Amino acid sequence: MLVMRWQLAYPEEAVPVVGKLLGDGGILLPEIYNSLGAMHGTIMIFLGIVPLAVGAFGNYFVPLQIGAPDMAFPKLNMASYWSYFVGGVIMLTSFFSPEGAARSGWTSYPPLADIEVGQTFWLIGMLFLITSSLLGSINFITTIIQLRAPGLTWMRLPFFVWSQFVTAFLLVLAFPPLEAAAVLQLMDRVAGTSFFLPSGLVVSGELLNVSGGGSPLLWQHLFWFLAHPEVYVLILPAMGIVAEVIANNSRKPLWGYKSMVYSVIFLGFMSFIVWAHHMFITGMGSTMSAFFQLTTMIISIPSVIILSAFFISLWGSSIRFNTPMLFALAFLPMFGIGGLTGLPLGLAAADIHLHDTYYVIGHFHYIVAPGTIFGLFAGIYYWYPKITGRKLSEKLGKLHFWPSLIFMNLIFMPMLIQGLAGVSRRLWDGGLQYAHASGVLQWNEFMSVSAWLLGLSQIPFIINVLYSIKNGEKVDNNPWESTTLEWTAPSPPLPHVNFEVIPEVHRDPYEYSVPGRKRDYTPQTEPKKG
Amino acid sequence: MSEHSMNDIKSHVKVYMIVFAVLAVLTMVTVAASYLNLSTGEAIFLALTIASIKGSLVASYFMHLISEKALITWILMLTAVFFFILMFIPMTSFIDQSRLG
Amino acid sequence: MEIPYTIEERPDTGLINSKLGIWLFLASEVMLFGGLFSAYVFLRLGAPAGAFHEWGQELNIPLATLNTLILISSSVTMVMSWASLKMNDFKKYKLYMGLTLLCALGFLVIKYFEYTAKFHHGIFPGTNTFMSIYFTLTGLHGLHIIGGMIVNGYFLGSGSKMWTTEPEHFTNRIEIAGLYWHFVDLVWIFLFPVLYLL
Repeated sequence: MLVMRWQLAYPEEAVPVVGKLLGDGGILLPEIYNSLGAMHGTIMIFLGIVPLAVGAFGNYFVPLQIGAPDMAFPKLNMASYWSYFVGGVIMLTSFFSPEGAARSGWTSYPPLADIEVGQTFWLIGMLFLITSSLLGSINFITTIIQLRAPGLTWMRLPFFVWSQFVTAFLLVLAFPPLEAAAVLQLMDRVAGTSFFLPSGLVVSGELLNVSGGGSPLLWQHLFWFLAHPEVYVLILPAMGIVAEVIANNSRKPLWGYKSMVYSVIFLGFMSFIVWAHHMFITGMGSTMSAFFQLTTMIISIPSVIILSAFFISLWGSSIRFNTPMLFALAFLPMFGIGGLTGLPLGLAAADIHLHDTYYVIGHFHYIVAPGTIFGLFAGIYYWYPKITGRKLSEKLGKLHFWPSLIFMNLIFMPMLIQGLAGVSRRLWDGGLQYAHASGVLQWNEFMSVSAWLLGLSQIPFIINVLYSIKNGEKVDNNPWESTTLEWTAPSPPLPHVNFEVIPEVHRDPYEYSVPGRKRDYTPQTEPKKG
Repeated sequence: MSEHSMNDIKSHVKVYMIVFAVLAVLTMVTVAASYLNLSTGEAIFLALTIASIKGSLVASYFMHLISEKALITWILMLTAVFFFILMFIPMTSFIDQSRLG
Repeated sequence: MEIPYTIEERPDTGLINSKLGIWLFLASEVMLFGGLFSAYVFLRLGAPAGAFHEWGQELNIPLATLNTLILISSSVTMVMSWASLKMNDFKKYKLYMGLTLLCALGFLVIKYFEYTAKFHHGIFPGTNTFMSIYFTLTGLHGLHIIGGMIVNGYFLGSGSKMWTTEPEHFTNRIEIAGLYWHFVDLVWIFLFPVLYLL
């Protein structure tokens, strides 16, 4: 990504150091730039966020938070991991394959993706990654339904578990159509079919020797049927983490827990019927676009309810501004900006102007970068003591947080500006060749410098994680004085077993500052008197 | 499951055999029906109806869905909703497009 | 520590873990084949009127009818193998499981003849969009049959040792395997009319 940003900042100069490896006299060739773009999206989503948010945080903390000895199907879990590993290896080694890595966008639209190099590796890699998610999601749903500790009713679940539960449903039901579509695209590439190739397609001046009769739109429908729920997969676990951190560090129960639960369930359901808002400009008729516009507007409501509940939870609270809380608090306005910028995209008329521009990139990066990734950082700072038995340094944490927040905004806000001016995405020279971009091109260098500085801002974090393993402040079971079940296990948990004795749950998840009690928190396991 | 007594199972076996017979008959019916001179729409409706009956029999009796716990049925109904959405919306978008193809 | 509800049911849901797990898996499979059926509909609408029906005439209905009956029979033998275990008859279990595998093999053999006959006549997946979706749908279905055969073969072979040590657990496993197998039959029940008869 940083290499790409160099190219965008200085499109007619050679990229230093790596340029010679990648480019034509150092300048990234369009093909290379496009590969980096397609793989950046693919890797971040399928090898980065989903494995981290669901595979790592989910697998580690869902069983602990529900008082379970393990996930329901340990061997299936292992299969899910190794499938991810193989998929990841395939994706990463594709850079070194003779054809190079995929370069048709992470969205892999045919006809280009059907005939462009590098795509076969991508498709095979995706089959493994999708399988991994499917196996994992089956595990999560079964675990949460079947292995809750005695007394842990549905409305006593920590919000993190609810968010992982809905996420797992999205994965198990939405991913298979993409698996089907990937098989179809693979057939187009290796078996001579024309699932997505229309008749009369001309490539490089020659008529393509296939039967034709296919439709690029079919791919788009099948792809986005997954990819829309996928974006909720990307945000929900992080929202769950933010819920935990806010409740704990505001020393108050989450406001509107019930509404949040119903909202997240409703959100999950709605996410299946909004997908064609990614396809407004495909020549869709007005009935269809009205339908998808309507569902898209409706789906913003549960997100707003959840975000509002978070904000209201802070009212009258005693906020502890430790590092996890800083990240969780920053999530709120950042996700707010991300969500609000989605509204013009969901309205078909405005989307005609904004589709495939930098505005879209700004919108979704606001959600996943200072949104999800900040949520994940909050999770790391919050749960590191549980995993390692030591706290991360607060000093280094703040040194990580503040620059990150600033530079995130400096990178992605200008994208919204560029997009409004009409600068398209996926341009290897950042819009240099287009007259309409000339007024906003100066932002490219600004964004690139901010990106490199954002990269540097992660150094305190890396140092912190490595240093604190041996030198961090040692902690007991419950350093944050939290109510949820994972804090009743030792830090770190005993090897091979989550709990020596399965806990019994007697209380709601966030009994903080209940009037009349001695401590400002009451763990879920504490029995009620009388 | 542990409540299944020997007689329970024996009566289940009877049911399996009846269902088998019905499935075989319906298979022949569906093939015979394909030779009727029906319009495409009618043919599709008839074929899918017979297939749905056969499928329901397999699901209800071989897969024990008829006596299965509510949770499973709910999950399947949810899946069915999404299945139909997946089936119908691309089709309707096709028809609704401002130009075909 | 043991994972609970692997053999005894959880009181409030009434389910063992693996039963819930397999149904979730089958739900995902419904969506997988749903994606392919959706493709079929889309492609049929996009083809010239009557084209799919015409291209479909290349298919062999009698063979496929036979295959349908074979697969339905295999579903019966599969559920009978489970019922035999419930009635404590291990020998009958082996007989029925063996028959299930035999039927599956028969299905694949007929499919093999179908496919090779097509290739022999110069009909390939790339020939037209109907053949593309036909080969893909039946091919993926066939892969599912092979997968089921591997699992069932294991349960007939070395996997059946569990009957002597944990009979209830083993019986559950056969029920779960049966659910998968019936699903494969169910998919074919829809594939057959859609591809061969419409």
